[in-house]
Amino acid sequence: MSKEGVDVRKRRFLTTATAAVGGVGAAFVATPFIKSWMPSARARAAGAPVEVNIAALEEGALVSVTWRGKPVWVVRRTPDMLKTLDEVASELADPDSEAVQQPEYCQNKFRSIKEPVLVMVGICTHLGCSPKYRPEASGGQLDFPGFFCPCHGSHYDISGRVYVAQPAPLNMVVPPHRYQSDDLIVVGEDPGQGEEAA
Amino acid sequence: MANRFMGWVDERFPATQLWNEHIAQYYAPKNFNFWYYFGSLAMLVLVNQLVTGIWLAMFYKPGAATAFGSVAYIMRDVEWGWLIRYMHSTGASFFFIVVYLHMFRALLYGSYRKPRELLWIFGCLIFLALMAEAFMGYVLPWGNMSYWGAQVIISLFSAIPVVGEQLTTWIRGDFVIGDATLNRFFALHVVALPFVLVGLVIAHIMALHHVGSNNPDGIEIKANKNADGHPADGIPFHPYYTVKDLFGVGVFLTLFAGVIFFAPEFGGFFLEPPNFTEANPSVTPEHIAPVWYFTPFYAMLRAVPDKLGGVITMFAAVLILFVLPWLDRSKVRSIRYKGLIFKIMLAALAISFLILGYIGTQPPSPALTLTARIATIVYFAFFLLMPVYSVIDRTKPVPERVTE
Repeated sequence: MSKEGVDVRKRRFLTTATAAVGGVGAAFVATPFIKSWMPSARARAAGAPVEVNIAALEEGALVSVTWRGKPVWVVRRTPDMLKTLDEVASELADPDSEAVQQPEYCQNKFRSIKEPVLVMVGICTHLGCSPKYRPEASGGQLDFPGFFCPCHGSHYDISGRVYVAQPAPLNMVVPPHRYQSDDLIVVGEDPGQGEEAA
Repeated sequence: MANRFMGWVDERFPATQLWNEHIAQYYAPKNFNFWYYFGSLAMLVLVNQLVTGIWLAMFYKPGAATAFGSVAYIMRDVEWGWLIRYMHSTGASFFFIVVYLHMFRALLYGSYRKPRELLWIFGCLIFLALMAEAFMGYVLPWGNMSYWGAQVIISLFSAIPVVGEQLTTWIRGDFVIGDATLNRFFALHVVALPFVLVGLVIAHIMALHHVGSNNPDGIEIKANKNADGHPADGIPFHPYYTVKDLFGVGVFLTLFAGVIFFAPEFGGFFLEPPNFTEANPSVTPEHIAPVWYFTPFYAMLRAVPDKLGGVITMFAAVLILFVLPWLDRSKVRSIRYKGLIFKIMLAALAISFLILGYIGTQPPSPALTLTARIATIVYFAFFLLMPVYSVIDRTKPVPERVTE
C-alpha cells in the first residue's frame, strides 16, 4: 500500500479510535450473552424459605428437607452425642467455627440456635457430595458420631465440623434459619426476619 | 468429459489443488509404523461422533424432566436407537483411547519438536476441547452419575479465591445443578464445542501439511530431495497411506463393533452403573468416579490434601503439555536415538499415568492416596526434569536417511 501523500499520524489515530470504539461496542454486546447465564428470575424465586416442623423428630433422628435444591438436615442430637463435641475438639480443623460457614448466631460448638437441634446443609465442602449420617461410631469410618462423606472420605463431627487433614477444607454450611415457634423452623431466614408476616 | 468438468470447477474453486496438496501429492515419510494409525483413526471417530450425535439429537430431549426418559426412549423405542446411542457412547471412550495413543506416539518420536510446536499445541487444544465435550456429553443422559459428576466438576471452580462461588453459580445458572445447567451443556455439547473441535482439527492438519510429518526416526525428510523435487524418503499419502490407513480402519472397526455389540457398558467403565438411575440431588452414589478417561487427572485431584492445590495440580497436569516443545532440549527427536534416561522417564510416565487411572476408579484409601501422590510426582517429574535430563542423556548418532 502506498503511503505517499498520506497523513500517517491521522491514519493511525483513526485506526486506533475505530478499534477502541469497536472494542467498547463488543463489550456491550457481550454483556447480555454473559449475563444470561446467571440464575433466571424463576430460579431466584425458587430459592424461597421452607418450613420444617420438628415436633415429631425423635432424639438421634435426622430429617432432610430441600431448600434451594440442596438437602438441609435437621438433627435432634442426643445428650451423649453432644458430650462428644468436646472430646473431638482437639482433632478438628476449625473447632471454634471461625470460618464463615454459619450465621453469627450459630458460631458455637453446637453450631445451632438450640443446643440439641442442628440445622445444616448436607453437602460436603470438598466437592459437593452429600455425606452419610453416622449416629454411632461404627464401620471403622468414624470413632465418634458424625458425618462421613463417601466420595473422598472426609470426616465430620456431629456438629458438621471437619476433622484435620481431610479432603474437605471447611466445616459444613449452617444455613440461615429461625424458630417460628418451639417446633417450627424456617430455613432461609434469619431470626427476626419475616416475622411480621407470621 | 470428466476432465472438462474438473477444468470448469478448478477455474472457480481449487478442488484439484486441494486434493493434490493434502492427499495425492502430500509426501509422507515412507517409514510410518503401527503408531501412525491413530491420527486417521481419530478423524474416523470424530466423524462417528458427529453423525451419531446428530441422530441422537433428533430423539433426545434436553431438560431435567425429560432427558433421562428420552434416553430410555432412544434405547427401547426408537428403531435402531440403541445402536446409534452405543456407537456414540462407545465412540467417546474409543476417542480417548485413540487420542492417548496418538499423543504417546508424539512423545515416542519427538513429534512436538521444532518446527512442529504449533502442530502440537493445536493437538493439546483439541485434547482440552475433547475433555470439555466429553464431560458435558456425560451430563446429558441425566443419570445420577451425570448429576453428581457435574456437581464435583463444577465445584472445582469454587476453589478459585474471591470469585469462585459466583463463578459456579454462573456456570450452573442456578443455585444448584438443574434444568438450566443441563440445557446450556446441551447447547455447548451439540453446537459450540463441535465447531471448536472441527476448527481445531482443520488447523492441526493444516499445520501438519505445512511442516510435514515427523517419522519414527525423527529425521526431516525434506532435507533429502530427489531429482523431481520430492523428498527421497517420502511417498505420496495417496495411494500408499490411504491404503495402509484403510487396513487400520478395518481392524479398528472390528474391535469397535465388538465392544458395541458385546460389551457396550464395558463392565461399568464406559457407562457407569449409577447412571442407570435418574439424577437425584438428595442421594449421592456411594462412590463417585468419573469415566475412565478422566480418572488419571481425578486421582491427582484427590492426591493433594488441599482443595485449591488439588485443582491447580489437576489443571497443571494438562496445561504442562503445552510447553513440552520447550522442555525437551535433546539433540535428537526420536526415542530410537535418545538415551537410557529418557526411556526410563517415558516408561515411568506411562506407568504412573496407568496407575493414576486405576486409582481414580477406586474409593479413597490411605494406601492408594500415598501411591497416587508418588505417581503424581513421577508424572510431573517427566516434564519438569526434562530440561535437565534431556541434556545430560547420552544420545546415539542420527542417520542421514530414514531406516527401514
